[in-house]
Amino acid sequence: MSETAIHHDEHRDDLGSKLGMWLFIFTELLLFGGLFIVYAVYRNANQDAFHIAAKQLDVTVGTINTVILLISSMTIAMSTTAIQRKNKKLTLILIGITLILALVFLVNKYFEWSGKISHGLYPGSPILEDLGQGDILFFGLYFFMTGLHAVHIIVGMVFLGVGYMRVRNGKLSFDNYQLLENGGLYWHLVDLIWIFLFPLFYLIT
Amino acid sequence: MSDSSHHIVSYRTYGLILFLLLILTGVSVAVTQIELTRWTMAVALLLASAKSFIVLAIFMHLKFDQRIFRVMVGFIFLLFAAVIIVTFLDYAFR
Repeated sequence: MSETAIHHDEHRDDLGSKLGMWLFIFTELLLFGGLFIVYAVYRNANQDAFHIAAKQLDVTVGTINTVILLISSMTIAMSTTAIQRKNKKLTLILIGITLILALVFLVNKYFEWSGKISHGLYPGSPILEDLGQGDILFFGLYFFMTGLHAVHIIVGMVFLGVGYMRVRNGKLSFDNYQLLENGGLYWHLVDLIWIFLFPLFYLIT
Repeated sequence: MSDSSHHIVSYRTYGLILFLLLILTGVSVAVTQIELTRWTMAVALLLASAKSFIVLAIFMHLKFDQRIFRVMVGFIFLLFAAVIIVTFLDYAFR
């Protein structure tokens, strides 16, 4: 409370900023939540087709990407600790590792998607049209939901990239790190969504 | 007041949480490889929920933040649960 006595020139409200970030995260949760309900309803209506279609997805690639996202979640969480402990160098290293892991995730996703597309499995493909409604729905949802998730990875990378630059040039430091913490929150959201995408598309067949 | 918003979580805690999350991932992969039929879905979703709870509590600092954040997140999950229940009631009784 001692802060209230001193008047800073800059207008800043860290708690309000964090609250705003959470409100945005809620809209994201409900966006993906809606898609999960669509998935659940269509899975319920096309159980056999979803069962066979899900076997086409590579559990190994899915597991590797899960591990990558979990590790990156830890490194970005640690970056907040590092900046709070005034360790600028470690903060930058940890954000850097997170960004590299995010890139590796996207490279994996690229190879995974191109594998599916080269097998003729993409929305509107002749092979998929022949397989029937259940498969069209499964792969439609697979490409849409993992695609939307990948867009969130890219947005997260931009967000954390801005955080990286601002830590590097000293705009963010131990007493002013809310932007980095918000970037971390966004990154954990991306991880959170994947935690559900992974079992629903790769594991449950 | 400023204490709660500046809680510093140790690197060790984050490391242990990652270890726990990796174990839960391994368990969910192992469990779903066995054909448990109708239980597979329930177990996989239960493990995913446990993982997301840990991420929300520790990585997203809900455990250390002001109470209002926990209340809001709890409300959102209740809202989502209500939408799921209503949707499936609709499908079950049409």
